[in-house]
Amino acid sequence: MVTIGAGPAGLAGAIEAARNGVEVVAFDENERPGGQLFKQIHKFFGSSVHQAGVRGFNIGSGLLDEAQKLGVEVSLSSVVLGIYENNVMNVMIRDHIEQVKAERILVATGASENMIPFPGWTLPGVIGAGAAQTMANLHGIRPGKRLLMVGSGNVGVVVAYQMLQAGCEIAAVIDAAPKIGGYGVHAAKVARYGIPFLMSHTMKEANGKEKVEGATVIQVDEKWQPIPGTEKSFDVDTICIAVGLNPMNKLVRMSGCKTVYVPALGGLIPAHDLNQRTSIPGIYVAGDVSGIEEASTAIIEGRIAGLAIASSLDYLDEAAFVEQRDRQFQNMKGLRTGSHGEARRKAKDYLNAVMKG
Amino acid sequence: MTQELSTCGYLSEEELKGSPGIPSEARRKKGPVAVIECTQDIPCNPCEGSCKVGAITVGEDITNLPHLDGEKCVGCTTCVPVCPGQAIFMVDESIEGDKAAVTIPYEFRSVPEKGQVVTALDRSGTELGDAVVAGVRKTEKMDQTSLVTIEVPKEWFMKARGFRFKK
Repeated sequence: MVTIGAGPAGLAGAIEAARNGVEVVAFDENERPGGQLFKQIHKFFGSSVHQAGVRGFNIGSGLLDEAQKLGVEVSLSSVVLGIYENNVMNVMIRDHIEQVKAERILVATGASENMIPFPGWTLPGVIGAGAAQTMANLHGIRPGKRLLMVGSGNVGVVVAYQMLQAGCEIAAVIDAAPKIGGYGVHAAKVARYGIPFLMSHTMKEANGKEKVEGATVIQVDEKWQPIPGTEKSFDVDTICIAVGLNPMNKLVRMSGCKTVYVPALGGLIPAHDLNQRTSIPGIYVAGDVSGIEEASTAIIEGRIAGLAIASSLDYLDEAAFVEQRDRQFQNMKGLRTGSHGEARRKAKDYLNAVMKG
Repeated sequence: MTQELSTCGYLSEEELKGSPGIPSEARRKKGPVAVIECTQDIPCNPCEGSCKVGAITVGEDITNLPHLDGEKCVGCTTCVPVCPGQAIFMVDESIEGDKAAVTIPYEFRSVPEKGQVVTALDRSGTELGDAVVAGVRKTEKMDQTSLVTIEVPKEWFMKARGFRFKK
């Protein structure tokens, strides 16, 4: 089995498959494994089965240790260039290309950040929230002195708080939507330190010649149209963009799998069943590539895929598979309920129905 | 999500009233007690498991709001650093004189010292005024979250939820 991506979903899948005797190689294009987990310095939500209360990077270390103990080979700086017929892949490993054939492939390529274009958006100082986290939380570098956060979803409010922890000032958190998208408790942690939230506001332009020297925002009406005369300017050197994620689906689409556009899951999603199987025999998906959620759900999806793969290769008998998989279903249930989770559960059910035709 | 929280990012005292994590006024006067400012159906329950006296109930559905049994709560602060949303505080209205103590989860690099005068902030970050740091606790189990207790005038005990260093 090959997992493409050694983030939370890929590692969890590798662990469950390897535990049952499958030989696993995990390819990751980065120099370090763990995907986004090692940037997550906050304590996670959920219950004890989701390691709630544990900081994300510690969950990442745990997964990595477990994978290594089980003999999973993690191949870093390894870019899977394409998936071809019969589960053949071309993989660029540092400076050479190898052809690899796997009996099963778990595509766990994650997501990339959405960007919004506005005048000045290419100036140095306009950065994604992920880059801000990489700088502050991995390398100990403060991204800027004073920043504007664009986007109030969980990424926006979590990263805004992390930027306060890194010693940045935050001028405001803005969002074109009328309501804060992230958890109220995350927003409250930011608001408590006097950071204003400007809802129904979008970027008008980034000011500055060589780099960001300020930001101008503008209010939007209920049809998302800018209202002239409502501009506000902020004296900032950094504009941090956190306006959602979209699945990194290009690689899995090369396989010719069926895809469905599902707005609730962030875009074009490879259709998959409850065992994370795509329409192409032998190819599975888990984590953000199969629908934008979060790390805890990615880990559970990865585990389900790993178990399904082990079962499909006869490393796990049917009864044991069903028992272990159903425990993961149970763990998932709590994460896909409530006003933030219900739409995702429905979207996943829809994808399963698509698979059944 | 309630109106103020969904547009300004913080809860108003009005929104908190009647929330199942808020102890009664009578209970608050008796001594230290947890105040759980968690009003949204998000999937989370570590507070429940952390409580040694069973004063916090979330239940099987982890998107339920945490319910505080004020009579059981002994004000031990164990749940405060456990909450991933930093939404649990400990208030003590029973101390002598016109002061109250508020214990706040704190995750910034520079930690204040006991006796230091800081500026208390309300939920919106508005400065309330001076507060004295009555204690700072940090243990390995709290995993980098400190507990900072500040003493504030009694009328702020349901308002003060943060602080900043004086310039």
